[in-house]
Amino acid sequence: MKLITAVIQPHRLDDVKAALEAAGVRGMTVSEASGYGRQKGHTEVYRGAEYTVDLVPKVRVEVLVEDGDALTLAGVVVNAAQSGKIGDGKVWVSPVEEVIRVRTGATGPDAL
Amino acid sequence: MEELNFGATAWMLTSASLVLLMTPGLALFYGGMTRSKSVLNMMMMSFGAMGVIGVVYVLWGWSMSYGSDVGGIFGNPFDQFGLAATIYDESGEFIIDGFGVPQIVGVAFQVTFAIITTALISGAIADRTKFSTWMVFVALWVTLGYFPLAHMVWGGGLLSGAGPFASIAAPIDFAGGTVVHINAGVAGLVLALIIGKRRGFGREPMRPHNLPLVMLGAALLWFGWFGFNAGSAFTADGVAGLAWVNTTSATAAAMLGWLLTERVKHGKATSLGAASGVVAGLVAITPAAGALNPVTSLVLGALAGVLCALAVGLKFKLGFDDSLDVVGIHLVGGLVGTIAIGFLASGGGLFFGGGFNQLVVQIIIAAIAVLYSGVVTAVLGFALKALMGWRVAEEDEVRGIDLAEHAETAYEEINS
Repeated sequence: MKLITAVIQPHRLDDVKAALEAAGVRGMTVSEASGYGRQKGHTEVYRGAEYTVDLVPKVRVEVLVEDGDALTLAGVVVNAAQSGKIGDGKVWVSPVEEVIRVRTGATGPDAL
Repeated sequence: MEELNFGATAWMLTSASLVLLMTPGLALFYGGMTRSKSVLNMMMMSFGAMGVIGVVYVLWGWSMSYGSDVGGIFGNPFDQFGLAATIYDESGEFIIDGFGVPQIVGVAFQVTFAIITTALISGAIADRTKFSTWMVFVALWVTLGYFPLAHMVWGGGLLSGAGPFASIAAPIDFAGGTVVHINAGVAGLVLALIIGKRRGFGREPMRPHNLPLVMLGAALLWFGWFGFNAGSAFTADGVAGLAWVNTTSATAAAMLGWLLTERVKHGKATSLGAASGVVAGLVAITPAAGALNPVTSLVLGALAGVLCALAVGLKFKLGFDDSLDVVGIHLVGGLVGTIAIGFLASGGGLFFGGGFNQLVVQIIIAAIAVLYSGVVTAVLGFALKALMGWRVAEEDEVRGIDLAEHAETAYEEINS
């Protein structure tokens, strides 16, 4: 099993969610995140004092998938999240040792 | 025995209520400008001033402001202690002033000025001040800093029309350029210097955490200021109406002046700039609201908006942490308004054929207010530093003063 983690622009979340649902994904975890990449932050000015805000708001989407689906679904996320502008985010895939469904105790792919 | 004027009395009760609302408005204005970890403490400094001064004023505040004169400096605090001989005359009738308003209504009006003036100072020392020391300071400063200056300017003392400078020209301070704004602005500067900078001042970002609160606070201040300025006519007449229109003219022009200045200097017109410009205009027109016409009020307001917008940057250059710009807005705006009267007053201003007399007198009363407030605040500030200490512990300041001083947080999560 694999964990797909995507850090994306907050306003692309609905598109990503819809695309993953259309591709058959039945669950995900979404959390608010902040960070920066090449986009860096932006500057705000309050009464003449400049503040560099280097952490910008992002959304983190996490999806557990079967090994064979991982790259396809990662591609689905990238397509849905892409605007082509700097700051679109990143998607990565990492291995997962075990998954257990809390309600039933089922393990492995049955728990997805 | 004056006859009761119902219209004037109704207006003065309304004005007193409007001015009282300014202090919770100030709490919002200041509270939105602090970081989210210190908003409750900031608002509590204003509410604390309402508590302390509401008590002090009926005990000796009125008496020290308007009681029998002692050397032109203050009123005798024992004379009308607890408002004795203030409400009723010997025959048990309400004492009525020259405008047909009961004197007890005058007490209501004046206590609200004492509260807002003292609360204004808190913006200079945000995020780091022990609440206990602040509460003691409020009682001492309003007694030694505010009541005497109110007496000097409005209670028939040294800086009033009955004082020695009246032989040059009668000093003009319609609603409190010296007593309120120069007084609070200087006190804020002195305390900011004594208490010292916040940890990380000038290095860490300290951005306002809630600008909608700031806008709401500015709106309430503008609304309440009609009581402050139009109420300072002491009756419901043409002067009150003139003060109302002058107040709004100056404030509108000051907002535009501030926005234009920051648009040129920093590229954008900001909401904080609009709220700040509003307050700068209100401050500047305060001493002048009865002495200018609506067009000269526009000139004064625009000038104040531009100058205050430029002045708020000074603290970074000069290295003092006047956290929410009490100096840049109230001291600078108060000086601009008080001195501009010398140029712009419809009767007696330099530009209106009055010569230099009014200007000289306005500069004198502004200078005395600066000096008086500076000395009193420095003495109290250093005394309290030695006796109680001003600052919360460093780790409490970092964790957030709301938690350390009040065991509360404004929001579920504290981010900054």
